[in-house]
Amino acid sequence: MFDFSIITKWFHTLLTGVMPEWLAIGIECLIVLLFIILLYAILAIALIYAERKICAFFQCRLGPNRVGKWGLLQVFADVLKMLTKEIIKLRQTDLLLHDMAPYFVLTASFLTFACIPWNKGLDILDFNVGVFFFIAISGIGVVGILLAGWASHSKYPLIGAMRSGAQLISYELSIGMTMLTVIMLNGTMQFSEIVQQQADFGWNIVRGHVPAVLAFLIYLVAGNAECNRGPFDLPEAESELTAGYHTEYSGMHFGFFYLAEYLNMFICGAMAATIFLGGWAPIYFPGMDGFNAVMGYIPGFIWFFGKAFFVVFLLMWIRWTFPRLRIDQLLSLEWKYLMPLSMINIILMALVVCFGLTL
Amino acid sequence: MEEQNYIEGIFRALKTLLVGLKTSIKVFFEKDVTEQYPENRSTLTFSEQNRFCLEMPHNEKNEHKCIACGLCQMACPNDSITVTSEMITTEDGKKKRQLVKYEYNVGQCMFCNLCVRACPHDAIRFNQDFELGVFNKAKLIMQLNHPGSKVEEKTVAPKPVAQVTAPKPVTSAPGQTDKKEE
Repeated sequence: MFDFSIITKWFHTLLTGVMPEWLAIGIECLIVLLFIILLYAILAIALIYAERKICAFFQCRLGPNRVGKWGLLQVFADVLKMLTKEIIKLRQTDLLLHDMAPYFVLTASFLTFACIPWNKGLDILDFNVGVFFFIAISGIGVVGILLAGWASHSKYPLIGAMRSGAQLISYELSIGMTMLTVIMLNGTMQFSEIVQQQADFGWNIVRGHVPAVLAFLIYLVAGNAECNRGPFDLPEAESELTAGYHTEYSGMHFGFFYLAEYLNMFICGAMAATIFLGGWAPIYFPGMDGFNAVMGYIPGFIWFFGKAFFVVFLLMWIRWTFPRLRIDQLLSLEWKYLMPLSMINIILMALVVCFGLTL
Repeated sequence: MEEQNYIEGIFRALKTLLVGLKTSIKVFFEKDVTEQYPENRSTLTFSEQNRFCLEMPHNEKNEHKCIACGLCQMACPNDSITVTSEMITTEDGKKKRQLVKYEYNVGQCMFCNLCVRACPHDAIRFNQDFELGVFNKAKLIMQLNHPGSKVEEKTVAPKPVAQVTAPKPVTSAPGQTDKKEE
């Protein structure tokens, strides 16, 4: 597997050869920032297009197909439209908080985005409590949503934001617990280390067998709820709350919420790919050396994106299949079913790890 | 609902969720039903039950089957049909009513099919032409009998007439046309 850190190290020595280290690090940070923003935009466009097409196929429709070949330029047209729209400032709103809220959501999304290990040696934020950091900053998003609801000075956004708060706080627990299960299996909180172990010993979902599969399923449900999507989209429940917490937003401020929603879905899929499906680790069957060698030639980031988009497809499948839950059903699903189940799952994983039953 | 066992409930929920997922993935791989109208104009097909515009079928000798009895005009609730006829005397001295002009106003028609049901000779039917938009209201009034057409003589060509009129119940005209189209 190609180690990307060779390139980054070479670049670093190249820069430090001609300039002081602080300037080199500054330039590298700028390049990374540019990379993140570019990738963020590209992924957002790809995801919105994928969502619209997949949603259409689930409903026996064709989806966008008029702007460009197969409607490929539709999202660009929509983004341009959104950029030219006026950002309306309502008299009753708390303007400072109202304008701040989308940036909170976007910041949380960007930071979690930076945690993802893209390839071997290509991780932006990578340190020994990476999983902790990931869970902590993904919680910033809910602050943005609550702010948006509160500052809008309108009843629908407030109800939507409160629902979202209740939902995110509840499902954060399940996510934390399933991640804990994986941490027990791998014995580390560093994302790059987790993936490296999976490349060496097999994917976590195979290695941890029953508890890992259970954890994966719980993660899918909880992750879907974290993204405010699928059957758990009651913060924006169109039929009841017009658009939920972003009812009073227009133009690009609304666009930021929209972007963050789709990127959160990708981050959810990418995390599932990282901690369960082996991140950039290629598929590996013991004994089939020729096949494994061929798989090893495929670059890690392609494996990573393939797996992440596979999980994203699963999330979309779930979204376009099930009807929306009621708020009490949503909370009872978490507190009465997922939470106890993930607790039992942790004990199961502990037993599996203690007695060395991993595959 | 409250009575059900907790564990049982989980498994039942899982089962029903899987049924839902199976159904939606089946639909995912089905053929899309969207019709891309202006592009697929040549291949566009409708269900036989669609009624868009009244027409009077003519055979290759420019003959129709209308005997100008006016039953359709009387059956029409919207007065969208006007049958103009004249009395002529045939060679053997019989007096006979002949169609001069069969005027049909699509603008007033509500496509109820009562005229087709009323017709004793199956002279009119609804067709599948749906592009009826025009810029001039006067163009909505159409003359259904072709210029210079005559009524089909039963004695001249007995066989095709017998074949066409073979399905006796005139009252079930729509069903009958369905069968003929097939």
